[in-house]
Amino acid sequence: MSEKYISRSKSVAARTLGGEMMIMSAKDSTLFSLSEVATLIWEAADGHTPLSEIVERRICAEFDVRSDVAYRDAEQLVEELATRGILSISSRPVPDAQGPAVEAP
Amino acid sequence: MSASISASRFFRPAPDEPSGTTVEIGGIPIFLQTDDVDFRAMIEQRYAGFVNSASTPAGQLEILLHPPKQHPVEDVRVSRSGPVWRIERGDFRAEFDLRSRRGWVHQSPNPYSLDAVLRIIHSLVLAEEGSFLVHAASGVRHGRAFVFAGVSGAGKTTMSRLAPPDATLLTDEISYVRRSGCGYCAYGTPFAGELARVGANLKAPLAALYFLEKGPDNRIEPASGPYAVRALLRNILFFAHDSDLVARVFEGAVEFVSRVPVAQFVFAPNERAWELVQ
Repeated sequence: MSEKYISRSKSVAARTLGGEMMIMSAKDSTLFSLSEVATLIWEAADGHTPLSEIVERRICAEFDVRSDVAYRDAEQLVEELATRGILSISSRPVPDAQGPAVEAP
Repeated sequence: MSASISASRFFRPAPDEPSGTTVEIGGIPIFLQTDDVDFRAMIEQRYAGFVNSASTPAGQLEILLHPPKQHPVEDVRVSRSGPVWRIERGDFRAEFDLRSRRGWVHQSPNPYSLDAVLRIIHSLVLAEEGSFLVHAASGVRHGRAFVFAGVSGAGKTTMSRLAPPDATLLTDEISYVRRSGCGYCAYGTPFAGELARVGANLKAPLAALYFLEKGPDNRIEPASGPYAVRALLRNILFFAHDSDLVARVFEGAVEFVSRVPVAQFVFAPNERAWELVQ
């Protein structure tokens, strides 16, 4: 299995409000809300932590789920987020990856 | 021997002094420069109550008039090159430098083009400070401002018409919301909707923002933060697909919702609706 590295898009703005992660695409002003699991993955998308490690440390450690199932679901999720321009996926670490600052108001 | 010298000689404007009118909306005075006497008179009439010749302009807009002609109906296009914003529609072209706060508009002598340009310039200036223009009626009651947001048909005009005598209408169409210390203030605007009535030129601390929805009775229902942000973003005026601007508007909306009570206002179209606005 080849590793996947995910990084937050630089062209989005993100804030947590009422426990919900809200992300706005700066390209087309589309507003997204992420589920709890999607938020964990999005927050961990630093460009140099492999997706498999994110799943192990952030998902499997917190939820009662088999790692192969969690990884498969995470793959689907990041591909969907990438399609929407919120994340980018790379087969190598992305050295200068940086996402938007995420603050809870 | 005494010489008689007319005082007006000393007070006559210098030949190169631009002529125009300063219009102050939302506490931001912009000098509208025009040599056209008739157009200047139109400005002073249309923005009556918002003309403030005594204030020091925070910005300047040179108005270059061309003869009236037929224009295709089209949406406004707003783009940015560095600090300079370009604003275009069939009936006008304009540029405004947000850094120097100076710009120009090339338009025919109609008030609607100038209205549109001013709204866009103000929305750009406000976005920089986390403030915004919003499709909403607003009014002041007992010293506090209330904003009633909604798309066309939601009830902005109805709520404005139903306002009791002790409420002062700030606008029936486009509300001006500006950060002020730890909170926000609402300002009156001259941008009128169906009532065709210019708002009162005053400001008041913002007590609440309501999303209007017509219903069988009057009630106020709390709105969750995420819902409020979505609804607010649907009503905020912003015209550009510019990543910095979008991020600022988004941040401004989230910040607003976290500081100001925001709720759903279901109202029946009768005077009793305002009983809940206290």
